[in-house]
Formats: sequence, C-alpha cells, structure tokens
Amino acid sequence: MTGEAVISVKDLWKVFGHKAELVPRSAELSALSRRELIDRTGCTAAVRDVSFDVAPGEVFVVMGLSGSGKSTLVRCLTRLIEPTAGSIIFEGEDILAADKKRLRDLRRRKFSMVFQHFGLLPFRQVLDNVAYGLEIRGAGKAERIRRAKEVIDLVGLDGYEHSYPEQLSGGMQQRVGLARALAGDPDVLFFDEPFSALDPLIRRDMQNEVIRLHREVGKTMVFITHDLSEALKLGDRILIMRDGAMVQCGTGDELVGAPADDYVRDFVQDVPRANVLTLRWIMRLPRPEDVLDGPELGPDVVVRDAVRLVLAAGKPVKVIENGELLGVVTDEEILAAVTGVEVPA
Amino acid sequence: MRLQRLVATAAVTALALTGCGGEKIGDTGSTGSSAAAANCGTFNLAINPWVGYEATAAVIAYVAEKDLGCTVTKKDLKEEIAWQGFGTGEVDAVVENWGHDDLKKKYIDEQKTAVAAGSTGNKGIIGWYVAPWMAEKYPDITDWNNLNKYASMFKTSESGDKGQLLDGDPSFVTNDEALVKNLKLDYKVVYAGSETALITAFRQSEAKKTPVIGYFYEPQWFLAELKLAKVNLPAYTAGCDADAAKIACDYPEYDLDKIVSKKFADANGPAYKLVKAFNWTNDDQNVVAKYIAEDKMSAADAAKKWVEANPDKVKAWLAQ
Amino acid sequence: MTTTTAAAVPRPGIRLSKPVKVAAILVAWVLIWIPTHGTHTLSLSPADLTPLHEWLNEVNDTVGANRNSSPIFLYFFNEIRAGIDALVTFVQALISQPSFGRPVPVLGWLGVVAVVAYISWFFGNWRVALLAAGGFVFFGLQGLWQESMDTLALTLSAVAISLLIGIPLGIWAGLSDRFNALVTPVLDFMQTMPTFVYLAPLTLLFLIGPASATIATLIYAMPPAIRITAHAIRSVPRAAVEATDSLGATGRQTLTGVLLPLSKRTIVLGVNQTIMAALSMVTIAALIDAPGLGKTVIKALQTLDVGTAFNAGLAIVVMAIVLDRVTTAASNRVRQVGTTHRFRRPVAAGLGVLTAICCYMSYTYVWAAEFPDQAGVGRAISRGADEVTLWAQTELSTATEAIKNLVTFALLNPLQSLLVESPWWLVGAVVVLLAALIGTVRTAVTTAACVALLIGTGLWQDSMTTLAMTIVATLLVMVLGVVVGVWMGRNRFADRIIRPALDAGQTMPAFVYLVPFLALFSATRFTAIVAAVVFAAPVAIKIVADGVRGISATTVEAATAAGSNTWQLITKVQLPMARSSLTLAANQGLIYVLSMVVVGGLVGAGALGYDVVAGFSQGQLYGKGLAAGAAIVLLGIMLDRIARASSPSNSPKGHR
Repeated sequence: MTGEAVISVKDLWKVFGHKAELVPRSAELSALSRRELIDRTGCTAAVRDVSFDVAPGEVFVVMGLSGSGKSTLVRCLTRLIEPTAGSIIFEGEDILAADKKRLRDLRRRKFSMVFQHFGLLPFRQVLDNVAYGLEIRGAGKAERIRRAKEVIDLVGLDGYEHSYPEQLSGGMQQRVGLARALAGDPDVLFFDEPFSALDPLIRRDMQNEVIRLHREVGKTMVFITHDLSEALKLGDRILIMRDGAMVQCGTGDELVGAPADDYVRDFVQDVPRANVLTLRWIMRLPRPEDVLDGPELGPDVVVRDAVRLVLAAGKPVKVIENGELLGVVTDEEILAAVTGVEVPA
Repeated sequence: MRLQRLVATAAVTALALTGCGGEKIGDTGSTGSSAAAANCGTFNLAINPWVGYEATAAVIAYVAEKDLGCTVTKKDLKEEIAWQGFGTGEVDAVVENWGHDDLKKKYIDEQKTAVAAGSTGNKGIIGWYVAPWMAEKYPDITDWNNLNKYASMFKTSESGDKGQLLDGDPSFVTNDEALVKNLKLDYKVVYAGSETALITAFRQSEAKKTPVIGYFYEPQWFLAELKLAKVNLPAYTAGCDADAAKIACDYPEYDLDKIVSKKFADANGPAYKLVKAFNWTNDDQNVVAKYIAEDKMSAADAAKKWVEANPDKVKAWLAQ
Repeated sequence: MTTTTAAAVPRPGIRLSKPVKVAAILVAWVLIWIPTHGTHTLSLSPADLTPLHEWLNEVNDTVGANRNSSPIFLYFFNEIRAGIDALVTFVQALISQPSFGRPVPVLGWLGVVAVVAYISWFFGNWRVALLAAGGFVFFGLQGLWQESMDTLALTLSAVAISLLIGIPLGIWAGLSDRFNALVTPVLDFMQTMPTFVYLAPLTLLFLIGPASATIATLIYAMPPAIRITAHAIRSVPRAAVEATDSLGATGRQTLTGVLLPLSKRTIVLGVNQTIMAALSMVTIAALIDAPGLGKTVIKALQTLDVGTAFNAGLAIVVMAIVLDRVTTAASNRVRQVGTTHRFRRPVAAGLGVLTAICCYMSYTYVWAAEFPDQAGVGRAISRGADEVTLWAQTELSTATEAIKNLVTFALLNPLQSLLVESPWWLVGAVVVLLAALIGTVRTAVTTAACVALLIGTGLWQDSMTTLAMTIVATLLVMVLGVVVGVWMGRNRFADRIIRPALDAGQTMPAFVYLVPFLALFSATRFTAIVAAVVFAAPVAIKIVADGVRGISATTVEAATAAGSNTWQLITKVQLPMARSSLTLAANQGLIYVLSMVVVGGLVGAGALGYDVVAGFSQGQLYGKGLAAGAAIVLLGIMLDRIARASSPSNSPKGHR
C-alpha cells in the first residue's frame, strides 16, 4: 500500500454469542459458513477474518448489503464493539491493547464518527451539539463556541446555531453530525452509512459535501455504505464484504473491470462502465492493420472522457504511458464500454 | 410589558389587602392550656375500630381532658397493634377488651408490658342472630334444635346445598365451624369477612325479607337500629369450651375489661386512676354509640352530651 | 420435550395444534377429576395452623420481645424511624398540623392553594394550574381541608423518599442487566404482597406513627419508580449513546449528558405512577393511625355511613386526578424544547411574588389560614351518595341477585370445584404441562417451583379457591377491557366521557363502595369479584384503547379500502394488531385483580383474602396470614410468567 498506513487491520474477527472467543481460534469452526456456525454453536460471526490498510488522506469505503457486517466492522475499529480476535494498529499503536483511559483519549482526539441516525441530542441546540465533543474533553467554553462556530460555517449551517435538531431537515441534521465529528479535529473520520436515511437529492448534496470537505481538510476517512454508486463516487479504494468476510478490495475500476467473483460481478453489473473504467481496462493490443498515427491518451483516462476524442478521430487512439505504447482504443471498444456490453479483458 | 404592569398592580393590591386583613392568628390568645390541674400530661388512648369502643373512649377522653387537664392523644389501631404499643410505650390504655386470652397471655404474662385495669361494666354477648321479621314469622327459630328444619331456607350461592351461617369479623375467634359440626347442623359457615358485611346482610334481610342467620354480638350500635333476635344454643357452662374441637355450647358472656400498659399503671397518674375507676352499663354505651352512629355526632360531642346528662356517674369515677 | 420443539419451529400446521393440545389437557383433567375428586385436596380449616404458621408466629413474638433491647432496633430501625418521622412532621407542620406553638400550620389554605397553582403553572400550564387550584379549594368546600392536607403531607413524604431511593436504583437497573434481573422479583414481591401482612410487623419495627405509615406506603409506591426509571434508561435511543461513546465520554458524562436528559420525560411518568400508587395506600395506612382522608373513610365504614365515606373518597379521587394531570403536563412540557415564551420570566417572577404574598397572608390572618367552615358542600355530596346508594339497593338488588347467581352457578362454581376438589398432584401436573406448552421449559420449571411452594404454605386449597375467583374476575376484566377499550379506541368522544370514570374507579378506595356492593350482591365471592373488576377493568380498558388507537392509520385505511365492514375491521384488523396490548391488558388486569384479593376477604370471598385479614386481626393467626400473603405472591408470579410466555413480543432479542 501507499506509504505508512494510518490504520492497519489484520485478521479481525467479531463473533457474537456464548464462548465466542473459541471460534477464531479453532481452524475447524472458523472455516464454517455463517449459517453452519449458527447451527453448530449458536454464535454469529459478524466479521470474519478481515484485513486491510488505510493510507493517510485516503477515503476508504467498506461496502456490503445489510447484514454483511460492515457496521460491526467500523465499530470494531474504535472499539465501540469489542473485537473477538485480530489486531488493529492505528498510527503504530495497538488499539486493542489500549486501556479505557487511553481509548477514551483516542476517541476524544483522534477519531470521530458520523452515524446513520445522527445520534444528536434533541434537548441541545445545534451549537451545543457540535461543541459536545469538546465539552466532553473538557475544553473551555469560549474555545468550544469559537471552534463550534468555525465548523458550523464549514458545513454550511451558519445561521442555525440556535436551532434544535428537530427543527432541521434530515440533511441538515446530518450536517450537524458531520460538524460534531469535525469539531474535535480528528485524524480519522468514520462514517456509518451516514446518508442512507436521506432523500436521493439531499444524499447527492451530502456526498458532494464530503468530497469538498475531504479536499479542504484532507482527513483520512473510512466510509460505510450499501450503495455502490456512492462507494464509487467517494472511495479511493473499496472493500466489498459479504457475510462478514472480505470479498474484494481495490479501486473502483478494479472492481468493475476485474470482479473477483460472481458476487461482485453481479454487484457491478449495472454500473455505467464508461463512467468508471479507464482506457487501461478496454484497450486492446495493436493489430497489424491499425494505423498508429492517431491521437494519444494516458491509460488512466476514464472512458467517458475519451468518447468524443476517439469517435472523432476515426482511427485507433494510442494509449501511451511513459512513452511506451500499451495498446489502442477504437470506436468498437468505446461503444462496447458505453453500452455496457462486457468485453473479455 | 402590559403583563408586567398587571402583575405589579396585583401585587400592590394584595399588599394593600394585608393592611386590612382581618383577625390575626394569635389575637384571640392561646386556648391550649385550661385551668385544671395540669399534672396529668399526655394520655395515649388506643381507639379500636368499632363504635362501642369509640363511645367508651370518647367519654374517658372527654373527662380526662376537661376534668383532669390531660392531653389526650387518640390512636386509631386494631387490637393486636394496640397491644403491641404497650411495649413500645406508644399506647397507655385499651378501654374495651373482648376476652383476647392469647393477647393477655403474651403481653401480660410473658412480656409483662401490660396489666389489667378492671371491668368496664359492659357485658359482651356473642351468638347467632336473625332479623326481627324472622323471629316473628318463625317463632321457634330461636331454638337451635329447630335450625335444621329451616336450613334449606338459608341456602345461598355460597353454601351449596346446605344452609348458610354467616360468620363475621375476622377479629373475633369463632367456634362456629365446631358448633355446626358438633350440633350436627345442616349448615355451612361462610366468612363474610367484616362487620360491615354482617350489618349489611342483616339490613338487607330485614328490608327484603330474605332469610339470613349469622354471627353477631352486643353491645353494638346496630342493635338500636334493628333489634336482632338471638338464637339460643345449648347453654354455656364453665369449661364446656375447653376443647376447641368439641365445643357444643353457646359462647360465654364476656366481661369487657380495660387493659393498660405497665408503665402507665406504675406511674399511677390521674389518667390511670380514671381508667381504672371507669364503669358503666351496656345501656350507657348504647346511648353514646347511637349519638355517634345514628345521629352522626362527633365522638367528642357525643361524650359531652352524655357526661352532662350523667354527672353523678362521672363524679363517682373521679372520687376514687 | 416435544412441546418445546413444537414451539420453536413456527410451522403453520403445528401452530394450529397448540390450542388442540391445551384443550386435550383440559379434557384429560376433567376425566381424571371424575374418579379422583375430593381426595388429596390438602384442605385446612380457617382456625387450624400448620407448623410453618406456628413457627412464623414464634419469630414474630421473638422480634416483639426483643424490641427494646436489641441493638439492631436501638441503632438501626430507630434511626430510620427518627429520620422519616422528622421529615413527615416537618411537612405536616408546613401544611396540615398546628406547629411551632401556633394553633395552625405554617401555610394556611390560601398559601397552599397559591403554591400548588404556581407549581402547576410553572411545571405544567395554565389549565392544570386552574384545575389544581379548583381541586384544592374543593377539598375545603367538602369540609375536608385538614384531612386532605394530612393525606397530602404523608403522600408527598412517601413519594419523596420513594424517588430518592427509587430513581438511583432504577438507573442502576437500567444500566446493569444483572442488577435488573436481581431486583425484578423483589419488586414483584413488593407489589403483590398484601399490605395487611406487613402492617403489624412494620409497627413493631418502626412504632406507631408517621414512619410506619410512610414506609408501608413507599413499599408499594417505590417499585413503579424503579421500574419506569430503568425502562426509561433502557429506551434511550442507541444512536445517541453510541455517538457520545464515540466522542470518548466517560460513563458519568454519558449518564448526565445523554441518558438522564433523554429519559427525563419517562422518569416524570414514573413520578406520576409513584404518586398514584402512594395515594392508593391512603386508606390502608389509616389502619395504623395515619392521619388524613383514609381515617375518615375507615371511621365512616364502622357506622356504614356511605355518604361520608364517599365524600372523603371523592377527595382522594380529586387529589389523584389533580396530581396526575399536573405531572402529566409536566412530563409533556419536558418534551417541548426551545419554546420559552418571551414573557415567561417576568410573569414567573410576578406570580412568584403574588404566591409569596398569599403565603404571608395565610401565615398571618385567620381567614386565610383556616378554611371558612363550608361543610355544606360536603354534606350535600354525602346526602346525594346516600340517596343513590339507597335507591340502588332497593331498586336494583333483584336484578343484581340474578346476575350474581348466573355467574356463580354457571362459571365460578364449576371452575372452583374443578380446582379445589382435584387432588393437588392433578392440578399441579395440569398447570406445569400448560406452562410447558404455552411457554418454555423455563416457564414450566418456574411454575413447578411455585406449585411446590404453594403446597409449602399449607394453604393449597384456599389458594385454589382464590385462583378460581381470580380467573373469573380476570375474564370479566378482559371482556370489559375489549368491549369498552375498542369502543374508546375507535371513538374519541367516548374516550373523553369514560376516561374520568376510569380514573375514579382506579383511585376511589374500595372501602367506599363495599357497602353498596354488599347490599347488591350479599357477602359472597361474587361481590369480591365485582370489587376486583371495578378496580382492575380501568387499567385493562385504557391499555386496550391505547393499543387500538396506536394501530397505524394506513392499515385501517387499507382494510377499509378493501371493503371491510365495521365488525370485520374490528375482528380482523384492529384486535389482532392490538394483540400485544391485549396481552399486556390481561397481565396488568391480573395483577390488579390479585391486589384486591384481600379486599375480597372483607366481603365474603373467604380463602386467602380472609386468611390475610384474619392474620392481621388476630395474633395467633399472624403466621397463617403471612403464609397466605406469600401464597398470593406465588399465584401472581405463576400466572404472570405463564401469561408473559404466551405473549407474542417475548421472542429473544437478537444481537445488533
């Protein structure tokens, strides 16, 4: 992975039930499927043997359907749920070894989380909700208010400082949740399906908001969603989970271009390929009859952006990286990608 | 701001009112201590929950307060709890006790916290009674030998195919189950559970001419309203009730007495002397009980009325 | 074992067979009953005692004999008593009893009315303030000012102590599953053990006086405070707690910053329930010399003075309604946030001054201290009640006699002979089998333990008699609950008319209506059943009404759109969807019926109720009364667990 990872997760397990700690240790039990495990032991494996690294400044998306264990996974990362086995290294520190006090400290200064159902306190005004985390860590009142106002401006809520949550729309409430998470100036932001409860239009606004904030504050983000288009839109890399286990981890075009199995293939089937795939995924090797004096493009250009050029060129477009000819793209490949017909890679 | 002005106006008005507010508390002078001999102190008098008791207690309390200058504290308590109070020093006297040999044994003989203080002069009679209309219509019903003849008349939803004998207040020990068995009566004892239930049953019996036979006792204020007829059981002889399981005779006549706490008796104060000397008749009690129950007078007023009508009796108690 | 697997696998075919199995068990019961009835019935006549009862008597006597020498008394109970006495005496000095060398309390009627109205306005709204002021003036007009204030003083003290202890315990039970599991049976016990059983021991431990009365009251009044607080803490939205955790809050910060503020509204409802429970103890506390309205009721009962008892009972009802509406308004106010009126502050200050002036006047002037003698209203109420009672007794008693006989002969007697005349092992086996069939193995084990303990009390037969009455009463409660509840749930107007009557039924002391009931139904088991129904039906009706109203409008709309007529709507949609409310209503109805067993003993029910009353009245029956109280608790636990097992909402919780 790129550079030193901010979060490094290895062999993480979360099993619910009686004597859950035995499951990851037993080679036999840990090999069982989720259903078989319930029948055999009554235990539910919510997270099964998951490993990944998150790079600094990255937006790392965990995606899966409901029940896939993604919400449990993100809670394990800050130990809101205690993992059963495995290791979580944050900035070189073993999170699982942290005592209560240290853990509290990490939560106060290093992590914050944005929740699906907001988790706002209805009896506090927006300002006090945003300042709540600072209040918990014992910041002075003046500082709290100053900082809260700052982040309220940042998320575009200025003017609503003295409203109560129930007076705001869902999207605005989640902005409060976002502001609360940002107020403590954490290193990592965790999002647990933050926009699932919102209307589609507002959801799109909020996604753009996250992209904007990511650009402005450059925080590392771990983002949970069940929505593939959201994952593709926001994620630098995407981890797909199914029944608690990892299925595939990679960039958006990797998932679409090279699905690891039928499950992922099914998932990405309806994605507009032209919007995700780069030329690298659709180019073909030059054939003898190709005329190689057409325009040049890089391999990481998204198909959508190359359509006009390729169609206008009337001849094969060369895909060049570092002066080396990787392959060519013609009308045929472009049209196949745009119409969604899969071309064997 | 109009509201504020309104409130201010109200406040000023109220303040003005206080200037001419009328009679002040304490103006009339303290009425607490009367002129009588004040060495009596506090007299804790238990009030057991029946009207006859209340009548007796009211007269004693009235005399103690008026003639002896005692501060009488009346405590409404059931018998058992009142006796318990002798030991803890919270009750000085119980002034109408119906037998209660078990309590006497426990508190007088064993714990030695109570002592007897003589008879009230009242005679307690317990037995089986029927409403007057029945005694009139079936004159021989007052002889127990004829009870089986009428058993079917007393059948109710509670007694199955036998006649119902309505038993009473759980405060009293009854021998009725043994009596029914040993006298071979075709009756079933049904527990009414309270004096209220008994009185209501007799009242309805008289009003609707429905047959009821049940446990009752005198003196009791209700007998002034409705003169119940007593059924004669085999006469009581000394010792005939020795074996509870084999009882086949009527209840003994109770000599209602007074019980006081040991401490109260030892101090020998004026209130104790009054309690010890107190003595009157069933008719006396019935008069006061009637004032309370029928005429709805307060206990104190009823006592006052009787005391003023019977100065000689009161004088006799105080003379001792 | 077959029964439990059947319960675990929800297949439609097997579901159907459950009622069939129940029916089969019942038929088998009757068949075995025919040859065996009358044997092994474990009967015990009212005057007889078992060794257990005698032993309990001895324990009681030993405690009594050591009362004045044991250090536990000298340093523990006496200290508690002194503390509570001081509190109650202080409140009495404020509002009800002559104090500080004055012939009147510190606050006269004007002051009390002003303070009550001010508090009601401050925590509630104008409407409840008016209601409160009106209600309190009404006490004066009834000629019951001092009695009402005595009752209020005792109630407030008991409620204050209940909350002081109950809310922290409730928070603990809300946070810790283990403590919750530990405290729940204790609370069950406190709520179902008849007060009569511990009244005499209380006076032994805490002497006769305010302390005993207060403790008797709070034993009954504290459980709702604990239960509802725990429930409130548990139902705080997970999201808010998790969000706070994720910010790194300490346990204390989570408690004070999230849990308490978010459960405040529900906790106020707990306060409400605590007050109601405390008020229902007013008449019983009067049996150990607690001053107030209860004494008036008990005294009036000695002379069968229904009118006077009704007048005092009405004051209790009014007090209950006032306190209920004020606390409900306060709890609704807690929910409204951020809508502080601009003028609120100056108005509050102004009214505060006004209240202070009223207090001063009532401190200083006789007219404002002692309520002007206005017994006219009270006398009119008494006379009215007397006349209505007399009319009912003479005009209705033929009809009521017929109803009584119908229920007794058609329902109660057959059920009672089945329960009472069956050998104990037969009833025990049937009950345990039913528990296993309806619930789980665990339910069956609990039930079997209850059966064993019931036999241990030595009062098996009395328990069965009481059980028969309890079942009939609960059935009647449920019939009323469904009929009236559905009506109220579907019709707002009916709701508004009936609800105050239900409040009255719940808070009017039973002692008030015993006399007319006795006149109408004689001293019978049926009278006891009617008294229990009057007390228990309001709860069931309210729960069913709320359940029916709670069904989503869309569902009803969909059913109507499908062309259902009213009857189909009720039977096919509203009642099935309110099923959990029906179960809850049956459960609560049952508990309330059981709490009237003792009152039933006073009007001819006999059995356990009579045993308890007799144990309270006669020293040598004390142990038996205690055992009877325990038997009532056991019946309650047994029926409650079986009812709960059959409730649809009882599926085990999943993780997430």
